[in-house]
Amino acid sequence: MEKILEKIYQAFIDNEGNIISLLQDIQDEFGYIPEPSVYWFSKRLDVPASRFFGITTFYAQFHLAPRGKNIITTCCGTACHVKGSERLITGLARELDLAEGEHTTDDREFTIEKVNCVGACSIAPVVIINNKIFGKMSSDSLTKEVKNLREGPREK
Amino acid sequence: MRDPVKSNLTIRVCMGTGGIAAGGVEVMAVFADRLAGRGIRADIRKHCSIHKVGCRGLCAKDVLVDVILNGDKTTYQFIKPDMVERIIEEHVVGGNPVLEWAVGEDYHQFHDKQVKVVLSDCGNINPEEIDSYISVGGYNALERVIKKMTPAETIALIKKSGLRGRGGAGFPTGVKWEICRSVEASRKYIICNADEGDPGAFMDRSVIEGNPHAVIEGMTVGASAIGADKGYVYIRAEYPLAVERLKNALKQARERSFLGKNILGSGFSFDIRIKLGAGAFVCGEETALIASIEGLRGMPRAKPPFPVHKGLWGQPTVINNVETLANIPYIIRNGAEWYASYGTEKSKGTKVFALTGKIRNSGLIEVPMGIPLREIIYDIGGGIENNRKIKAVQTGGPSGGCIPAELLDITVDFESLARVGSIVGSGGMVVLDETDCMVNIAKFFLQFTQSESCGKCVPCRIGTKRLLEILERVTEGKGRLGDIELLESLANDIKATSLCGLGQTAPNPVLSTIKYFRDEFEAHITKKKCPAGVCRDLLSFVVLKDFCKGCGACKRVCPAGAVTGERKQVHVIDPEVCVKCGACYDACKFKAIGKG
Amino acid sequence: MIHLTINGLPVSVPEGTTILDAARSADIPIPTLCHHPKLTPYGGCRLCIVEVKGINRPVTSCTTPVAADMEVATTTPAIEGMRKTILELILSDHPNDCMVCEKAGDCALQELAYFYGVRENRFDGERRCYAGKDRNPFIDRDMEKCILCGKCVRVCEEVQGVGAIDIAYRGFNAKICPPFEKDLSCEFCGQCVSVCPTGALTGKAWTQRGRQKDIKEVDTICPYCGCGCGITLHVRRNEIVRVSSREETINEGWLCPKGRFGYTFVNSPERLHVPLIKEKGVFREAGWDEAMSLIVSKLGKIKKKYGPDAIGGLASARCTNEENYLFQKFMRAVIGTNNIDHCARL
Ligand SMILES: Cc1cc2nc3c(=O)[nH]c(=O)nc-3n(C[C@H](O)[C@H](O)[C@H](O)COP(=O)(O)O)c2cc1C
Ligand code: SF4
Ligand code: SF4
Ligand code: SF4
Ligand code: SF4
Ligand code: SF4
Ligand code: FES
Ligand code: FES
Repeated sequence: MEKILEKIYQAFIDNEGNIISLLQDIQDEFGYIPEPSVYWFSKRLDVPASRFFGITTFYAQFHLAPRGKNIITTCCGTACHVKGSERLITGLARELDLAEGEHTTDDREFTIEKVNCVGACSIAPVVIINNKIFGKMSSDSLTKEVKNLREGPREK
Repeated sequence: MRDPVKSNLTIRVCMGTGGIAAGGVEVMAVFADRLAGRGIRADIRKHCSIHKVGCRGLCAKDVLVDVILNGDKTTYQFIKPDMVERIIEEHVVGGNPVLEWAVGEDYHQFHDKQVKVVLSDCGNINPEEIDSYISVGGYNALERVIKKMTPAETIALIKKSGLRGRGGAGFPTGVKWEICRSVEASRKYIICNADEGDPGAFMDRSVIEGNPHAVIEGMTVGASAIGADKGYVYIRAEYPLAVERLKNALKQARERSFLGKNILGSGFSFDIRIKLGAGAFVCGEETALIASIEGLRGMPRAKPPFPVHKGLWGQPTVINNVETLANIPYIIRNGAEWYASYGTEKSKGTKVFALTGKIRNSGLIEVPMGIPLREIIYDIGGGIENNRKIKAVQTGGPSGGCIPAELLDITVDFESLARVGSIVGSGGMVVLDETDCMVNIAKFFLQFTQSESCGKCVPCRIGTKRLLEILERVTEGKGRLGDIELLESLANDIKATSLCGLGQTAPNPVLSTIKYFRDEFEAHITKKKCPAGVCRDLLSFVVLKDFCKGCGACKRVCPAGAVTGERKQVHVIDPEVCVKCGACYDACKFKAIGKG
Repeated sequence: MIHLTINGLPVSVPEGTTILDAARSADIPIPTLCHHPKLTPYGGCRLCIVEVKGINRPVTSCTTPVAADMEVATTTPAIEGMRKTILELILSDHPNDCMVCEKAGDCALQELAYFYGVRENRFDGERRCYAGKDRNPFIDRDMEKCILCGKCVRVCEEVQGVGAIDIAYRGFNAKICPPFEKDLSCEFCGQCVSVCPTGALTGKAWTQRGRQKDIKEVDTICPYCGCGCGITLHVRRNEIVRVSSREETINEGWLCPKGRFGYTFVNSPERLHVPLIKEKGVFREAGWDEAMSLIVSKLGKIKKKYGPDAIGGLASARCTNEENYLFQKFMRAVIGTNNIDHCARL
């Protein structure tokens, strides 16, 4: 970890970064923001750890806990909303057995997220599964995709 | 076999978010593969489908492919990889377009009423090649501005064109530049606002994906006019393709000396950095955006001082929207009069809208300001999907309002939309039909703004929460008498007392839906009914005896096990068990499930 | 000087003055919750809104500088109505615990609720509820009572230079907390406690020791160090139950943890009340006269036998400058030695 943090620190210096870009780099490396990394940088940069925490929890992009292996993001933009994205989400949560407010399955296989418009409104409702965009989604096809992910080994 | 002039063959494949989602990458790969296999040279260009939608196509018909053979263009729609072979065989080799796959009348109608300025090159040029932009006149404007014009002349030209900010507020761009220019400071900045937070808009993303150099050129012109030597593009991290194309474009522009030290030998230096947003709508607000570029929590601060006086790191800063900046090169190239010839007296030029919702041709459109809304919906948009009735058009996203069907004849410009209680805003335009519940729509936008409130000021932090809670209880059938008046009174107080634009506009969707659809609110509260059949708690599902064929489809899909019945017998839904998910309603082929 | 009118009254203030300061200089009250004269303006509570002629929305007086010929109105019915709405909103997300709250009687929010007569609240709904308690030794942090005025964050950063806390999360869930919502671990200067307008931050040692109305305030000097910070003892039944400091003191109202929280020794039962004299290894109580005479005679004897330089004096940082001055004078003039030192020098 130390080595990786050192590398991120160098990039931060070279690119005139700020705390947000720093946290973005940390998350790129670890998939989330590990607590020790915050204290490491707090000391290194002489910036109070409370600032890091405040920023991390302000921006939706940052996660303080590891996420699932598969990330399913449902678009909740206006176009997708009027085309029934809410129904997709309830169905998905039921399929994955997630209680309200839960986002990651207990086995850490799936994390569900929402995004506000990915700019593909013409093919609403849109779901992004592991960075691949699926348009005109229905509950059925979404269930199918989840089954595929569960059963088959993950592609790529 | 006839030998086509292969050197004159161009194939353009949609390669934006929509195109990729529909399989654009695969289609292009098959084209490349098959053409290479036949030894035909073709220039396979990447295209951003979103832009193509705006200019020449519709995302909804992706994958769209242009085959231009000896100057004759045929556009194909819904292309799948397995269709490529036949196109090559019959069209490219045989010279006969596969007409049954070509786009139809509605595709052409989509374009006839549009006027392309910002989008004029999107979809025609290769966004990853600077030469492609230069070949259509790109960077001419910059050269002219820094070599032949004084900053004052540039500003005068932009002022004369009447260009107003496309980011929402519609502030005259030339005036903004002029104020910033007049402030004495050791350093100034120009920022391109590409945060595009409106959850239903994608104009800015499309412009950057389709023509990133126009934004860079516009920014550099702006920088020379105000005297900035450093610029930032603040762009959403959710737009990876746009970020990638922008990075690439910046690199190319530097290589050609359109950016960097001593631009084109003029002595003027300017460079641009990219800052990625991290997922906060409020960061589209100018002072929050500045805080975010400084690496802080994106919380707005009180204005004055305005950013043109005290902005990034305390220095004078101009913040302009992507579309605003992308207009600049075209205005300088074609003249202020040309630009001002479009639009109305106070709203000049064109505006890009993301036309979505229950509309047939959803996509990106660019229209002259002042066009009647009806023309957008029926001529360009092709009317409402599934022949339903239009109910309203929502413009301006979470800061905007709903325009009811009765007002479809109004024109679309800053003034006239404001008059009916909506705004042009960022350019989201969502069409709603009779199956949409207006209370639900208001709730949807409130959910959005409430969750995006930064929490600094009381009216927005707690007020939007309370507004949302009232709307929630109304849609759940727990609305109280007086709730409509309470909503109105709270909404007005939030508007008046919030610190920043987010809170000041967040109540708009509520106020405008109450204004035009008060009866729908009343039905929810007094009759406990949702007239559009959307609000789940106000619905009940029953099997209609006369239609039920006993197929059992509803029984199979019901997640709650609420449906009972033997095969070929009328089924029954137990209202106690039913969780009102509506799955049976969707599943029944005989329309035998009643909802109401 | 800028000339303007506030509620029709002509007021003249230097350029750059805020409307709020201008009004206060003319003794016109404007309610505030997030404003503090020593901290960067914030503009969060929105209570200080006023009407300015020519501007179509209310402006916050704490952030808006005056301009020439401005016409300000501070208490129009519209403005007062909006202030009341804001108070209702704050109280709809507040425990309304005044009955048992440490701050009752001294609480800016309670005071405003009283003056605006917020008896019925048109708003109800979710309230922030936090289960965990901060286990730090000094400061009770009841974040349900926090109104997010941000003063504590600003004072910690701008005055104390520590940055131990910040606003985390956003919107309705925004919360003031130490990193990762751990227990507060900082200098415990209590500056944040002193600026908090509500009962969100109080001293743990104050709990249930007395309400403001029963308290007598005694201004004095902090006994801990030579800085001589002005402090105010809050005394109930002859017992110190709290320490605060006034803005007009030389320390501008800021204290350190010893001065603010280290007062319990005063009422400690282990404190000496009478001098003790040690005889054969055992202390016995004595009177002041006896003790003084003993010191005089012993010092006199030593001086006579070994000379004045056999005696040294060590002064204390807990004495005032005057006391320290007197002590060195005593050592030099009475004893006759320069053997005088001070713990702050060591
Ligand atoms: C909550 C909020 C969100 C905003 N989001 C955006 C945005 O995503 N993109 C944008 O260009 N302007 C946005 N704006 C408007 C900007 O603050 C600013 O007015 C605009 O970028 C100025 O550029 P213009 O003069 O070219 O329109 C937003 C404003 C508010 C209050
Ligand atoms: S209006 Fe909302 S977003 Fe803007 S400062 Fe206030 S709380 Fe933050
Ligand atoms: S609405 Fe859903 S829960 Fe109710 S009967 Fe139909 S399928 Fe079952
Ligand atoms: S903080 Fe103030 S208003 Fe809140 S409970 Fe305590 S005394 Fe009452
Ligand atoms: S006690 Fe002092 S150091 Fe600790 S949080 Fe409060 S102001 Fe900051
Ligand atoms: S703890 Fe007190 S000072 Fe800090 S924000 Fe809350 S109410 Fe304000
Ligand atoms: S609303 Fe879902 S892609 Fe735009
Ligand atoms: S005192 Fe001005 S906004 Fe709080």
